[in-house]
Amino acid sequence: MRTAARGALWLLFGAFFLFPLYAMADFSTRNLIKGGRTGAAWANLFADDALYQAIVTSLLLAVLTVVAMLVVLVPTMIWVRLRTPWAKGVVEFMCLLPLTIPALVIVVGLKNVYLWVTYLLGESALTLTFVYVVVVLPFAYRALDAALSAIDLKTLAEAARSLGAGWPTTMLRVVVPNIWSGVLSAAFISVAVVLGEYTIASLSGFQTLQVQIVAIGKSDGPTSVAASLAVLLFGFVLLLGLSLLTRRRRSS
Amino acid sequence: MGEGGRLILLGRIRGRAIAALPLLPFFAVVAIFLIVPTITVIVSAVFDEGRFSLARLQALFSETALSALGKSVLLSGSTALLGAILGALLAWLVVSRPAESLVRRTVLSLCSVLAQFGGVALAFAFLATIGLNGVLTLWVQEHLGWNLAGSGWLYGLPGLILVYTYFQIPLMVIVFLPALEGLREQWREAAVSLGASTWQYWREVAVPLLTPAFLGSALLLFANAFAAYATAAALVSQGSPIVPLLIRSALTSEVVLGQAGFAYALALEMIVVVAVVMVAYNLLVRRTARWLR
Repeated sequence: MRTAARGALWLLFGAFFLFPLYAMADFSTRNLIKGGRTGAAWANLFADDALYQAIVTSLLLAVLTVVAMLVVLVPTMIWVRLRTPWAKGVVEFMCLLPLTIPALVIVVGLKNVYLWVTYLLGESALTLTFVYVVVVLPFAYRALDAALSAIDLKTLAEAARSLGAGWPTTMLRVVVPNIWSGVLSAAFISVAVVLGEYTIASLSGFQTLQVQIVAIGKSDGPTSVAASLAVLLFGFVLLLGLSLLTRRRRSS
Repeated sequence: MGEGGRLILLGRIRGRAIAALPLLPFFAVVAIFLIVPTITVIVSAVFDEGRFSLARLQALFSETALSALGKSVLLSGSTALLGAILGALLAWLVVSRPAESLVRRTVLSLCSVLAQFGGVALAFAFLATIGLNGVLTLWVQEHLGWNLAGSGWLYGLPGLILVYTYFQIPLMVIVFLPALEGLREQWREAAVSLGASTWQYWREVAVPLLTPAFLGSALLLFANAFAAYATAAALVSQGSPIVPLLIRSALTSEVVLGQAGFAYALALEMIVVVAVVMVAYNLLVRRTARWLR
């Protein structure tokens, strides 16, 4: 009786969550004119120039955001633990703040800041990197914090320093290899966030992948659905891979 | 304080300042791209051309703004409730699987994707399912003769409730799972050995322990739905039934005088609602943290 109820619940939840995903696959491969199947919508991911450009832009943004996030956050978090523990609370608060301040609010207040950014760096979608670093902070902070808490940072750093390593060497060649799993998950999650971000990009008028998906959706539904499904699957593979990777690490 | 004392104090402050120098890039990025925009919103909502004015806030009490706020609260409240109940149920199913099992990892990864990174994609998922030419719409029409997509309900509040529930349930699973995992097997054993039935254990032990976490999670879901923008923006291209979409129209139609000020006021309203909800959330989480771990 109880297993039957459980089974029924699994089935219901499974249907509710998986059917729309199946429908996306079906919808994006349907030939609306002749009937039957076609891969045209999926081919558009590369054939449609605007869409392809947007995909490239978003991937570049993802890479830049990950690099910038790591460069800013990793040294800061290590430094806070080793040299300025009194600042730990502030840093944590700042990192988790974007959870409380919606992206929509940031973009409304961003205009003046962006006047300066475009003045200094030119009008490129890649300038979104700065805002995205802030948006991914909570996710990245949690991943890195968990990894840093799991090692004896102080002893490691003292050992490295007493053997004559400078701070850059200590961080890059001693600490970072020990928090590799945290760095990896921070990076993966940030990639997923950036590829899925729509609010800030669209209201700032930049053509990223998600903005293009919406724009194309008005005339070519199947292509938008194909691109949406591709992003969801990519994010799923990324996170599942991460989950399996950390398991192997823990068991070994 | 003597001269020497002051010097020591000054020296200590200088030492701290120098030690804090490497934190500068981090604080600069956060200040410029998070704090400044937020303060800009707050200040601009009450200052018009350098002068303090409540005119912009007054616009929040116009009929358009109030109706959007009401619908936003309805949307966030109903999907937070639905998401919390169904999500807790799903979390309970998930927690009964071993932590290292592939099923659990797959479900959690999928939940994480749908809850946090879905956005626009979820709108298209439902357009492909029950939109005008959706897979389910066509199937039902062919076999049962009903028109599921009739009257375009998917593009209004009912549609938003459905699609939001689709990302609220997974979010509930993610935030509520730690609390369920914190329920120790020994507590159940203790209750059973004292003669409690399964029903009594749930009613007298598990549910009271889980209630703060459950309410806290529901609040988080409310804030999440209230601030969500991407899904609604992709789904609803005409009209602005909810606050985030009203902000969009205020931002994109700045040609109309005073609309930019309206966007600031609405954004401030959003900050206030989300902040109040998150403070309540933190209070409840602190209560849970007492027995968790």
